[in-house]
Amino acid sequence: MSDQVNLTVDGIRVSVAPGTTILQACEEAGAEIPRFCYHERLSVAGNCRMCLVEVEKAPKPVASCAMPVAPDMVVSTKSDSVKAAREGVMEFLLINHPLDCPICDQGGECDLQDQALGFGGDASRFADNKRAVENKHMGPLVSTIMTRCIHCTRCVRFAQEVAGVPEIGAIGRGEDMEITTYLEASLDSEMSGNVIDLCPVGALTSRPYAFTARPWELKKTETIDVMDAVGSNIRVDMRGREAMRIMPRNHDDVNEEWLSDKSRFVWDGLNTQRLDRPYVRARKNLTPASWDDAFALIAKKLAGKGAKTAAIAGDLVCGEGQFALKALMDKLESPHVDCRQDGAKLSGPRGNYIFNTSIAGIEDADALLLIGTNPRLEAPVLNARIRKRYLMGDFPIATIGAPVELTYEAETLGAGPDTLAELVAGKHGFSDVLAKAKRPMIIVGQGALTRADGDAVLAAAIELAEKSSAISDTWNGFNVLHTAAARVAGLDLGLLPGEGGLDVAGIQDAAQSGDVETVILYGADEIAGASLGDAFVIYIGSHGDRGAHRADVILPAAAYTEKQAIYVNTEGRVQMTEPAATPPGEAREDWKIFRALSEVLGLTLPFDNLAEVRRAMFEVAPHFAQIDGLSESAAPKAPAAQKMAKAAFDYSVTDFYFTNPIARASATMADCAKAKQQRDGEIEGTGTHG
Amino acid sequence: MSVRRLHAEQPDSFAFTEENVSWATGQIAKFPEGRQASAIIPLLWQAQKQAGWLPEPAIRYVADMLDMPHIRAMEVATFYTMFNLSPVGEHFVQLCGTTPCWLRGADDLKSVCRKVIGEQGDITEDGKLSWLEVECLGACVNAPMVQINDDFYEDLTAENFEQLLDDLRHGKEVATGPQNSRHGSEPEGGLTVLKGDK
Repeated sequence: MSDQVNLTVDGIRVSVAPGTTILQACEEAGAEIPRFCYHERLSVAGNCRMCLVEVEKAPKPVASCAMPVAPDMVVSTKSDSVKAAREGVMEFLLINHPLDCPICDQGGECDLQDQALGFGGDASRFADNKRAVENKHMGPLVSTIMTRCIHCTRCVRFAQEVAGVPEIGAIGRGEDMEITTYLEASLDSEMSGNVIDLCPVGALTSRPYAFTARPWELKKTETIDVMDAVGSNIRVDMRGREAMRIMPRNHDDVNEEWLSDKSRFVWDGLNTQRLDRPYVRARKNLTPASWDDAFALIAKKLAGKGAKTAAIAGDLVCGEGQFALKALMDKLESPHVDCRQDGAKLSGPRGNYIFNTSIAGIEDADALLLIGTNPRLEAPVLNARIRKRYLMGDFPIATIGAPVELTYEAETLGAGPDTLAELVAGKHGFSDVLAKAKRPMIIVGQGALTRADGDAVLAAAIELAEKSSAISDTWNGFNVLHTAAARVAGLDLGLLPGEGGLDVAGIQDAAQSGDVETVILYGADEIAGASLGDAFVIYIGSHGDRGAHRADVILPAAAYTEKQAIYVNTEGRVQMTEPAATPPGEAREDWKIFRALSEVLGLTLPFDNLAEVRRAMFEVAPHFAQIDGLSESAAPKAPAAQKMAKAAFDYSVTDFYFTNPIARASATMADCAKAKQQRDGEIEGTGTHG
Repeated sequence: MSVRRLHAEQPDSFAFTEENVSWATGQIAKFPEGRQASAIIPLLWQAQKQAGWLPEPAIRYVADMLDMPHIRAMEVATFYTMFNLSPVGEHFVQLCGTTPCWLRGADDLKSVCRKVIGEQGDITEDGKLSWLEVECLGACVNAPMVQINDDFYEDLTAENFEQLLDDLRHGKEVATGPQNSRHGSEPEGGLTVLKGDK
């Protein structure tokens, strides 16, 4: 007996796996089925009835999304009765749907609008009053016009299943059914923006984008997100020079089709606080300057003091820029380069600092240990993948660190290194779980690695991975979860202290003592200004944030949406951004700034265009040439380290909405943070919010 | 039916009495581990019995007791019309207005309600009475009828219904079931068939 089920769809024979729904089989056969409630990444609801098809010998049309195939079914998707049935459904849907498409933000990209074109009548036979529904508050990101809701419950299922925050529900029944959160509280999710994409009508729309643009007047650029180290695939929609919104693109191995709120709503930060011309500090104040003046000042300061220069690369910078910075520092003969502005004790081999299992690989794991990481805030999309695996069942999860609210059940084993040491020694209850698991995963967060004893924690985690069969020929379960999009590329390109070089902490000390006289902050905004002493600070970056405030010279660079550049995500996947706009004003692409500066310093870097930068870069990191590729990495190797300290692990991300200069420039992110504070205060406060 | 909303004024908190807690524990124990949420309807019903109606804190209380999201309990509470989301009178009259009762004079009973109590949902000043028109309660053979709290009162007329309300209001003992000479749903005036062998 074959495991496949054969059936006929519109006269075409198809063979599908048992348990497939008729709808999926129809798609296999190339027949398009209209739908509202069905979504391939959510559970089946079967309540919109738009996907009706005719099945031979069935007494009435069948909802194809909810009906599994049976052998030798004969399905018709184009017959007159199917068309009539769908027209009937559409007429019912339109009874209560307002005819306000001209003022609806969904207009032009609305499933209901599109399908009404195919199945709608020319006029409604409904003469009574339409129903009207009060709008519901859902927080600063999601705007609601609930009269438009057709009750597909996609948002309810998303919140419950993917986001793991079961806060949206359908109250009432029948004609009076309404979608709402409990007492209209803001959604407590880092992924709430996805309900806007899921909503097939204009009931849930983007609040920050409301009434600003129409989809057809936007220039759409497919690029990569840098708000976290996941490297979500996004599309930036621009009108003229202004970013209007950011939408997710589908990438099954990275973000599926989800996007975190920070990635989605940070776009107003791209339009504000921009550095659009060079500045130099004169008499305590930063004053606008020309490129020539700025370069001349730098040349004067650096003359003969190349070795007393240090460079720190930030969280959002690209591969090309970091490569050019490193090349410049080599020319200056300074070993003081570091791309780990958070002070993480990470360096080669590559297996030591990437997410070896890969994001899609999480689905194959059978146990998980989180060390000093809160993936819900550090990488919400990756966290959704963990939840997806959790929902499949048989997936014990444990954490080491302060207890946090995750979107799945996890056992908190302990707060710090002591617990990790117990696990390594096999003396902890969870050791058995790890030992029995065939493909266990260990995820180490930046919170555990940015400590003074970070290398010891890393060594212990690798030792634990080796002991618990997390590393074998077919499985690599040792993972480092980065929070900075720039970091893996920086480590790959070797932006690490050279021989006798200082790391981030060392650079700060040396700047205070005067051993380092000039510090180049390349998009590094998480360094406290005062820690650089009296050093001459050159800030190269896109936003006027902490780094620019401390700077003596500011060189304006491009943001991630304004350059074609290579980023490497936490799993080591090489991806390329595309420019949605040109950099504002006199700002330039990062590598060009280093190239121009090198010429002024008389140390001209050997590349004149992007292709030459890349060629040189690929010599250092050949795997960068393989866009969207995951290259094989060497197995992790425990570094030699001292003993771990006693202090409990902290988390690297606590203020989810303010982790980088672009997010800090975004008014929407500030609103989100405020809503979150209010919500938390409300719940801890009175206990009643009715 | 119309949109059902939570009452504007809500108590600060709700908790089961000790007796109800042990009763609820028994109900929850009927369901397998991990399926406690199945006990939601009995528990909400008990909460309504205790409070007289179902205040918002009670919905949350029951949800927490069953370890389920608040919104899921809210969905259940707003779905079933048997849960009163607003306060009701001590004697809560559910008046059947569906066709058989309507043909047998439910409109007259409504007029009585309006006269004695007020509009639907209003509670009399003494807190004793309130009324609501509901769909068929399944006692058409004794139409017209009303349900007051847990009991049916059948074969009503405007006169005996007004008397009934008055008696309830003054705490007098009243007979449940048919309010005329009928016994159960037997014919008025005694049996007409099946009178036994002759």
